[in-house]
Parts: sequence; C-alpha cells; structure tokens
Amino acid sequence: MSKIRVLVGTKKGAFILTADGKRKDWKISGPHFAGWEIYHVKGSAADPNRIYASQTSGWFGQIIQRSDDGGKTWNTPGSSAEEMKGTEGMPKGESNKFVYEGEVGKHLWYDGTPHPWEFKRIWHIEPSLTDPDTAYAGAEDAAIFKTTNGGRTWRELSGLRQAKSQLWQPGAGGMGVHTILLDPKNEKRIYVAISAGGCFRTDDGGKTWKPITKGLKSPYELPDPDAEVGHCVHRIALHPSRPDVLFMQKHWDVLRTDNAGEQWNEVSGNLPTDFGFPIDVNFNEPETIYVVPITSDSLHYPPEGKLRVYRSKTGGNEWEPLTKGLPQKDCYVNVLRDAMAVDTLDQCGIYFGTTGGQVYCSADSGDTWNAIVHDLPAVYSVEVQTLP
Amino acid sequence: MIRVVLPFHLRNLARVDGDVELEVAAPVTIRAVVDALEARYPALRGTIRDHDTLKRRPFVRFFACKEDLSLEPPDTPLPEAVMRGAEPFLIVGAMAGG
Repeated sequence: MSKIRVLVGTKKGAFILTADGKRKDWKISGPHFAGWEIYHVKGSAADPNRIYASQTSGWFGQIIQRSDDGGKTWNTPGSSAEEMKGTEGMPKGESNKFVYEGEVGKHLWYDGTPHPWEFKRIWHIEPSLTDPDTAYAGAEDAAIFKTTNGGRTWRELSGLRQAKSQLWQPGAGGMGVHTILLDPKNEKRIYVAISAGGCFRTDDGGKTWKPITKGLKSPYELPDPDAEVGHCVHRIALHPSRPDVLFMQKHWDVLRTDNAGEQWNEVSGNLPTDFGFPIDVNFNEPETIYVVPITSDSLHYPPEGKLRVYRSKTGGNEWEPLTKGLPQKDCYVNVLRDAMAVDTLDQCGIYFGTTGGQVYCSADSGDTWNAIVHDLPAVYSVEVQTLP
Repeated sequence: MIRVVLPFHLRNLARVDGDVELEVAAPVTIRAVVDALEARYPALRGTIRDHDTLKRRPFVRFFACKEDLSLEPPDTPLPEAVMRGAEPFLIVGAMAGG
C-alpha cells in the first residue's frame, strides 16, 4: 500500500506527518529545526528521499537544509560528515549564500521611491522534476535562484529581474517569489508568481522572462488596474497533464488561463468572497480545483467564522462549499498561500494547514475532513509526498 | 585556547553542546575568532556575518568581559582574559523584547 508523507513548515519548526494510504492513522515527527521559521519543505519528485527545507531567522538569516533519507536526518548542504571528509578540502558553507547577480538594481519601496534589492529569505523551494540535485528557490526580495549541486551553491536566474522589476513594489507581507511551477512537458518553461510583482513565464530555462498578466485587474491595489506588473498574485497552480492551463488565486479574484498565461479570465463565480491565498488542483480531475475563501484583505479570517474549502468541478465559476469535519463556528484562522497540497492516490487527498496550527486532510477529494494535528505553531507551508 | 559561547540556535546548527574551544593565532581579534569558528563549523557561515562583506548581522552581538564589543572594528584585539581562555567570547542573539 502507498504511504503518504506530509511536510509541514511552521513558525517554530518543521513537522513530518506520515500515514498509509488510508490516511487515518498518522505519526508525527518533529519539531525539526525547533524554534526556527520554516517557510517551506519540499521533496524531490525524482528521489523522494531527497527533501529540501528553507529555515530562516530574523537573527541568524537564511539556512538551507537537506535530507537524503526522507527526513530522518538533515544537513546544511556541503557540511555533512561525509562531505567534511571529502577530497575537495573544507566545505565552504555556501548553501545559504544567495547573491543577486550583476547590478543589484532597485525596485519601488513602500513610499514609491527606488529601493535596492536586499536578500531576506527563501520563501519556496521547487525541486526539479527529473534531477534530485537541481532545485529552484524563490527569494524575498523577489528573485529566483537555482542549484545544480544539491543546494551547496545557488546562482540567480537574473533575467527575471529584467522583467520591469523597477516597478515591482512590496505589499505588507513583503515582496517574494512564492510560487515556482515547472512545466512537466517542457523543461525550458517555468512559471513564477511574486507578491506583489505579478506572474511571469520563461520559455528558455530562465534566461528571459515576460509578464503574463493580461486579463488581471486590480482596481483596489494598483493605480492602473490593467498594469503589466505589480499585481498581487497570491498563488498559481497547474495540473501536470495540462501545463498550459493555470489557475490563480489573486489578492482579489480567482482566475484561469488556458494558454500558458497569455490571457486570464476570472472564474470567481459564486464564491462568497474571492479573496484568499492557496489554490490547488485535484490530481485525478484536472478541472477540479480548490480554494479557501477569506473574508477580505482587511479581515484575514474565514467569512462568518466558518472554515470552508470551496471546490469547483468545472474549472471555476461554479463552486460548492466543503464543510464536513471543518469548524463551522468561531473559527478565525487563515490559510497561507503555500499551505495546501494534494496527493496522487486514486482517491485524491487534499491537505491544508492553518495559522492556528491545524493540518487538515481529506482522503475523499474534499467531501470530508479530519484534523491530523490541532496544535502546531502557525503553519506556513504544506507539501505532500505519495510514496510507493 | 579561545572559548566561544554560541547562542542556542547556533549551537544546534553547529551541533555542539557547550562552549567551543578554538586555537587562534595572534593577533586574536574579533575577526580572527569568527574566521576560526566558521572554518571549524561551515554551517555557521552567513549566520553571524555576511558571506562577502563580513559585516556583523544586525541582531547578533559580541560580548566579552562584561563589555559589548559589537560596534568595535573587527580587527580589535580581544581582552587579555579572553586570549588566555579565562573569559569566554560570547556571540549573542540580541534581545527580541516583548
């Protein structure tokens, strides 16, 4: 029977939740890296035992952790006992060195003045679909970095910051690359989303990028609602069988594109509010998508104190609330952008974590939900591995 | 032998339990001690000071002999009591307040 491994990043450490394919009885491991903010933990599709984690601290900065045994043991890449004995001499300890390439340049600051890029942290790590040693990292201030040696060193794909980045401007949550989607049918194509820069695509492996924002409208956030860059994209998602079809949860609005971002169309439909953070796609049904509506940008909690996942089986516009097993009164948590994931079992499992420390699982595509854990620190990210 | 006291999170990162003891050739300065520390524990690189500029991270402080040495130039010699191992060199995470 298949196994499920849920990788949870929280405000105070990482947790690993494991179960068999029934997804009923869970074992909890952690906290790993106790006391550190763990923005993201994600395993390699090419080698499930290879897991990367972004560990960060306001005091001590950025750390990258790597496990080669499914999360049992961890090392900062380049400093494991084996590598210390290597023939290359002392390791350089550069796994947390993220340096912007070339002229650092400036983006807009909160007051509208130009402000130089400053590295703060890694929000998201996206391992390659084919090579365990290759991964991409999304940074705040917004940039994308790549490693080809298992995280020992990172190099910026600086072409992204050529895409009108002088007009990008941080929102209240900072300006970070939070979503990186790799096209499983075209290794040269990558999508990224930036808060609050917009959505971008490369078709040449990261050398050049272009904004893909036609159809986005942000009348309450931008002076030009149809601007090419600056939209506060909260999350994008794709189904691996149809990488030209993307779904987006924007600051306000849920949208889709059927042509790799050339044109977006709103599909908020009958949602109670189209503000929210995560969005994801059912592994077995490419037109079935999930969002968690949040009251507003002023009230970061569910409408009416009811935690409801909304599911559309029509790729948007027609939505149904999913409530069984979720708190339907006095619930004022949020679900952050990287805190929803799906497994790849025949009956697709949906997972999400909350700022209140709960991680919920639905083993039946969202019909019913159970809390795997209730009292973790605030959940920043949730990823799932389906293991043989 | 120079004794270095690390904060909780950096001890965990370096995987050490107590004080760190380092051989540091004269002149024993702030820079020389942190250089030796990072050479012994590469995982600490970038956590105390910037990789390239070697500038101290804003919320990391250096104490010794009841003095705050954080704002001293990196080539400042450490107190004699630290050089002979009688007193430790403390690397401290600044108070968060609250």
